[in-house]
Amino acid sequence: MHSSPTDVLTDSYSEDEFMADLLRVTGGITDQTLAPMMIRASADLPRRMSRFGVRFQPSLRGTLHLGRTNAFFLGGGKALMNSAYAAAERLGVRIVYEADVVGLCIRDGRFESAEVHTPHGTEAIAARTVVLAAGGFESNLDWLAEIWGKAASNFIIRGTPYNTGTVLRLMLDAGAESVGDPSQCHAVAIDARAPKFDGGIVTRLDSVPLGIVVNKHGDRFYDEGEDYWPKRYAIWGRLVAQQPDQIAYSIVDSKAVGRFMPSVFPPIVAGSIRELASTLGLPAGTLAATIERFNAAVRPGTFDHHTLDDCRTEGLIPNKTHWAQRLDTPPFHAYPLRPGITFTYLGVKVDEHARVVMKGGLAENIFAAGEIMAGNILGRGYIAGVGMTIGTVFGEIAGRESGDMAGRQPRHA
Amino acid sequence: MLTEMMRKAEHEMVVCNACRYCEAYCPVFQAMEQRVTFQPADLTYLANLCHNCGECLYACQYAPPHEFNIDVPRTLSRVRVESYESFAWPSFAAVAFRRPWTATIVALIAGVLICAPVARTFTVRATGQSADFYNVIRHDVMVTLFGVVGLFAVAAIAIGHRRFAGIASHEGSRYGELGPRQRATRDVLTLRHLHATGEDCVDGEEQRQPWRRWLHHCTFYGFALCLASTTVAAIYHAVFGWVAPYAYTSAPVALGTVGGLGLVIGPAGLLALDLRRDPALTHASERALGFAFLTILLLTSVTGLLLLALRERPYMPMLLVIHLAIVLALFITFPYGKFVHGVYRGAALLKFRREESV
Repeated sequence: MHSSPTDVLTDSYSEDEFMADLLRVTGGITDQTLAPMMIRASADLPRRMSRFGVRFQPSLRGTLHLGRTNAFFLGGGKALMNSAYAAAERLGVRIVYEADVVGLCIRDGRFESAEVHTPHGTEAIAARTVVLAAGGFESNLDWLAEIWGKAASNFIIRGTPYNTGTVLRLMLDAGAESVGDPSQCHAVAIDARAPKFDGGIVTRLDSVPLGIVVNKHGDRFYDEGEDYWPKRYAIWGRLVAQQPDQIAYSIVDSKAVGRFMPSVFPPIVAGSIRELASTLGLPAGTLAATIERFNAAVRPGTFDHHTLDDCRTEGLIPNKTHWAQRLDTPPFHAYPLRPGITFTYLGVKVDEHARVVMKGGLAENIFAAGEIMAGNILGRGYIAGVGMTIGTVFGEIAGRESGDMAGRQPRHA
Repeated sequence: MLTEMMRKAEHEMVVCNACRYCEAYCPVFQAMEQRVTFQPADLTYLANLCHNCGECLYACQYAPPHEFNIDVPRTLSRVRVESYESFAWPSFAAVAFRRPWTATIVALIAGVLICAPVARTFTVRATGQSADFYNVIRHDVMVTLFGVVGLFAVAAIAIGHRRFAGIASHEGSRYGELGPRQRATRDVLTLRHLHATGEDCVDGEEQRQPWRRWLHHCTFYGFALCLASTTVAAIYHAVFGWVAPYAYTSAPVALGTVGGLGLVIGPAGLLALDLRRDPALTHASERALGFAFLTILLLTSVTGLLLLALRERPYMPMLLVIHLAIVLALFITFPYGKFVHGVYRGAALLKFRREESV
């Protein structure tokens, strides 16, 4: 939140508005103490982060033109991490790369040591306090398969392959209270040609509202014109995941070309619907019939990509309620879609000091920050940038509290 | 012509254009966002707009080992050198960009072979005239020699510039050209894009230092002062009839001394920086061009300052011939080495400022 324009944000975004947005997207599944606390702490975040060398894009630009509610990192997430690691190293923090936490020794809510695999062997690292910032489990394909079954094999993981959820599972097994729906993940529809891991932002596709989306049988299955980004963005991952073989195809005609953000993968282009069907491997008769029915159902209207316009279809199941235009101007362009998983909701419960809540009460010296505890604030849904805000605010709190605690304890403890 | 590197550059720009998180770093990404497709002409323009700092590589989540294999600074550095080759006039001289050290040595040999025969003496016997360079090489010979080679270099560079401007032409309005011109000139003179975000750009992972910029300023302004020194001396000679040698306190000597010092500090410092520079940032072909150019600049300035300091010693003529041979080699290699980056970078910045003002 911010009450007046800053160098990286325009206008203002009040605590109430932020909270209202959060309640809306989560359907109320958010911690009533932690959420307002986090929102207030976010007010001065860009300045606090800039002390560690983190930089932001000037407010009038920005990738998604969300200049009022979102500050964008200059250079993106990796630049942010580089700054943070460099700042940590300047403070004398030793960083061990390629180290995998495989075990946690916790007795009566007290962390004693972590078992860590490194290229030099396995070692037990004892510490007075610990901050768990090990992410969710979205890149753990076996865990995903436990929930989604065979469909999970067709999911694409948008982030790093290191979000294996090992630490999360260790904590839950050790008796940590959980938050967030264990069966849910945030998924968006992305280009099916994306790499299995780490495709990141460039694999997103913005063509959905400009045309139709069909499944592998050549049938439409949902209102492509229901809403704008980001709501549209947030639901299409799930929609595609529910289709056979978790695949769908966004089809537009040449009228739409240039109206959406360029995609990293080239469109599949064809001069006719039949040719397109054969290139995509779809049943040509069904696809042609789907498009014919769609075109016949389009009502006249004034197309305006920037408002919920009056271009819609009538008499279809499902209808397209906005931005409906006939697909009648070859060449036709298609993009294959698959569910791309951004993050998972399951996490460990924390208190306002970022301290982990165990089933028997508060953990003594265990703190958590980031995706592993994001479910406290974001029980479901998504608003742009909220993950970064949670991570930063609770990272600060966890760091400060654990540092204080470690400093208070005598050296021999 | 679509080279392998052009294809790689196109792939990289498509990825970058779908991401856009680097847009505030430098003009390359802002110019990229104006485009949907990337033809060889676009890539050549973007490559010559790149200052090769490295911000975008270190920030990039798609940098190696990611399968997208994005390394914009290095890719564009290669495309840039390819563009230098393609604009070279006469065309066969493009080979100099592929073998910069050979080109430099050939030019140095040519410099010696031209300067040595026209020298009238290699030692000074009459001490009274010891500082008189024209006793060693006659004034008119010197003027003719450097005039002809200099004019050829200017012509070759102008033709290259024309070829670049031909493909990087801008179809926007030509009205209000003064604005973009002024802004582009300021960009060139201040190297604004090496601290475009308010801080110095990286010159290694998370290493923000002003040295690269300041050393380039030393080189650039050192060169400009040496040019000014020669120009003032020419005016002294031609207009006022004041004949060299000039006193240590005179304008030509003062300008030349300060400029020469800049041309020692700048190139020496840049050489030291470049030797330690992350090889992931620059293609080997551009690194070699840079090293060769910095070396000959350093040779020029060191021999020039030595000549000034020792101009009353008996072996002055020998030093003079060596210095002039090096300067001649520098002139010969101007259109066929790293020097041209300034011309194309300037033209690219002007185009960028024009696009911006449409």
